[in-house]
Amino acid sequence: MRVLVLGAAAGHLALPRIDYYSVLPELVLLGGALVMLAVSSLMRRDLRSSVTTGLAISAGLASLSLSLLQWFQVSGRGGNPHVTIAGAVVQDGFSALVSVLVSCAVVLSALVMDGWTRREEVMGPELQILMLVSASGAMIMGSANDLVVVFLGLEIMSIALYVLAALNPCREESGEASLKYFVLGAFSSAVFAYGIALVYGATGTTNLPQIADYLARNVLLHDGLLLAGLAFLLVGFGFKVAAVPFHLWTPDVYQGAPSPVTGFMAAIAKAGGFAALLRVFVSSFGLLRSDWQPAVWVMAAITLVLGAVLALVQSDIKRMLAYSSISHAGFVLLGLQAATARGVESSLYYLFVYTFMVIGSFAVVTVIGGRGDRSHDLARYRGLAATHPLLAGSLAVLLMAQAGIPFTTGFLAKLEVISASVGAGSTALAVVAMVSAAIATFFYLRVILFMYTPTGSVLLPAPVGVSTPGSVSGDEGAPLPVGAGTAREELADPFAGGVFAGDLSAGASPASAQGVGGCDVQPAPDTRGDGFGDESDALGGEREVADNAESYPADDDDLFLTGGIASAIALCVAVTVLFGVWPAPVLDFAHRAALLFLPH
Amino acid sequence: MLGVLVVQVAVATKVDAAVFAIAAFFVLVGAIGVVVARNPVHAALMLVMTLFGVAVLFVEQQANFLAAAQVIVYAGAIVVLFLFVIMFLGVDRRENIAFEPLRAQRPLAVGLVASSLAGLLLLGVAAHWSVGAHSVAGQLRGQPGGDVAALGRAVFTTYLFPFEATAALLVIAVVGAVVLARRPPQARRPDREQAAAPGGDGPPGDRTAGDVVGDPMDALAQAVANAVASGLVSLPEDLPEGQRQEEPVGESAAP
Repeated sequence: MRVLVLGAAAGHLALPRIDYYSVLPELVLLGGALVMLAVSSLMRRDLRSSVTTGLAISAGLASLSLSLLQWFQVSGRGGNPHVTIAGAVVQDGFSALVSVLVSCAVVLSALVMDGWTRREEVMGPELQILMLVSASGAMIMGSANDLVVVFLGLEIMSIALYVLAALNPCREESGEASLKYFVLGAFSSAVFAYGIALVYGATGTTNLPQIADYLARNVLLHDGLLLAGLAFLLVGFGFKVAAVPFHLWTPDVYQGAPSPVTGFMAAIAKAGGFAALLRVFVSSFGLLRSDWQPAVWVMAAITLVLGAVLALVQSDIKRMLAYSSISHAGFVLLGLQAATARGVESSLYYLFVYTFMVIGSFAVVTVIGGRGDRSHDLARYRGLAATHPLLAGSLAVLLMAQAGIPFTTGFLAKLEVISASVGAGSTALAVVAMVSAAIATFFYLRVILFMYTPTGSVLLPAPVGVSTPGSVSGDEGAPLPVGAGTAREELADPFAGGVFAGDLSAGASPASAQGVGGCDVQPAPDTRGDGFGDESDALGGEREVADNAESYPADDDDLFLTGGIASAIALCVAVTVLFGVWPAPVLDFAHRAALLFLPH
Repeated sequence: MLGVLVVQVAVATKVDAAVFAIAAFFVLVGAIGVVVARNPVHAALMLVMTLFGVAVLFVEQQANFLAAAQVIVYAGAIVVLFLFVIMFLGVDRRENIAFEPLRAQRPLAVGLVASSLAGLLLLGVAAHWSVGAHSVAGQLRGQPGGDVAALGRAVFTTYLFPFEATAALLVIAVVGAVVLARRPPQARRPDREQAAAPGGDGPPGDRTAGDVVGDPMDALAQAVANAVASGLVSLPEDLPEGQRQEEPVGESAAP
């Protein structure tokens, strides 16, 4: 009897029509990951890096072209959003822009990761697989039309990022970063899920347009539940985009994760998080904007100020870029706080150009980090222009763009969000943003100045065998025996002296030099406190090279720059400069995406 | 049968409130117990208490299927898995969690939680945390097939896409677990002496393309061997280090 009833119920079940075309970019990325997974498990030996990179890039390019196709389709429809799969997914200008952005990030990051994989001699396709899956999660967040889908996109993106952060096999901080990111991220996901539950309790639906519809039809006399839900959602998003009260994980995770992963993480998490944040808050809770705008105002202000100020005192470039990414999040929040079509447009534009700036910057950091991905001290960048002019020039352009110097995309992005903020009447916040941008200029320019300062005697290595315990920093106890013979030819390159500078100060105790996990693990130095320009690093670095000369192949000491990384950096610089000089296409893209997203 | 009984009784609001209060009490006590318990096994058992309490709350909300799933999957399977892991790692191993780098953070956390909880309760009393759409989603009872069918219908219609997207999450879980649990490269090669030869003496430049897979690992293994050797050689210099390493061995051997 019961079975019959069930059967009857199933007979009336109207399954939703699935428009595969509208989720094809996501499916392509996911499919690429699955193909890679299947092929690599069927092959007898590990896939070559070129194969996995090729697969990842082709998946990225395919999803890029599909996203552009969707964009033209949406434009052709006159901007009507196309809702499909039982209202879970929407295809509009906004989602198309996010998909384009994420696809670009995939292609660029695949190139950078390829170089990193070759240098670190890491085998296996897991880096690219996880990157593709993570990117598909960010894309799902961009086209989500339901809070549950937003949550799933968030989780798909984040969980892959947690694993990616741990993938550096030779650094302990990598695992530490992953664990920190995971614990805090899981907590924020729980808060986010609770926010969804409260919003569902208050409005009776998780579907974004239906929430907007409900709020338009009903006036809530007691809206405590809804506001609590809104607050929890803001906390969850704030964590993902690293806005200030929820930013504490950022510097440690950015520093500990492998450098190409950091660039990808910065771009993807910001893109996905802000896409969903903008869609949920501006389109669904737009009517409640007087309730959430003050909260976002405060969040944006402290994010802008704290991000810029804390970046000033960093001596590690990855930590500095982490704080700078926090300050960028503050700028994107300006557009959200405006809560107008112009605000959304400027935020989208900012996200778009930020993706290229940050992936390019971290690509250069990847190259300069050297084998083991360890030397990220700012002292390492001194005199870079003399030894590697192209690399230094690229980083200079990207950092100038991040600082917001004219004729780069970064300038226009900052101009757009600030003018949107002024247009929406938040003049005080706009002033805070301008002050923060001025502070931020200092630390970007400091790196550029560093690179173009002639080395002088600072980085010149001490003569072989001369380094005595007195010449190195105080926290090194017992001196190590110096294997002097093999390092002689590397000294021709003055830069070689600093290759292992980063891991030097802690590696002194012989007992601590025992490798963990098959890697020649040196406990990482605590670079957080000490000032930059530490000469002892440069002096001692040469000693470390000498010490490591027999365990590492001799050719590692120069920078390892593959064609992939070089082309990724070149692409990022080209986009940053080209669209900085000729901004019309991207601005128009963002403008129309925002207009299609918010018709009025 | 029992579930039906509870549901029918729970319609009465006083009993409803009483069941809620008792279940919520056990949920909270269990949750606090998980954090406070020193012994990991006790913590896991406290977790079972919390999960059972949540199951009772589900029954009270007429979500019988969820209650059953909660008991079978969470209280049953997942906690048993936790216990397995705890047993594997050693029940009597004690972590020193008393050490705190930031002394002030514990009282600060307690104070913050207490004040925000008080604020929340005050708001609840003063500002009527009302709900907007209490019954929009509809009653679970009275639908054909009960709550199981309602759940199934939701999964295959309204929430079809999220249901499918969970697959991506599972893929990541599998890949991530394998990647993170993978043994370090050195442990993969027990024949280190034999393998160390190409990495140790030959210049790395004359590798052929074919043995790229093997060689870097061998070089690394050799590097680790060197590091260990140099560490062992210089150990007598700092005696306390060696003594400290000896001590745990003696302790574990004694009982």
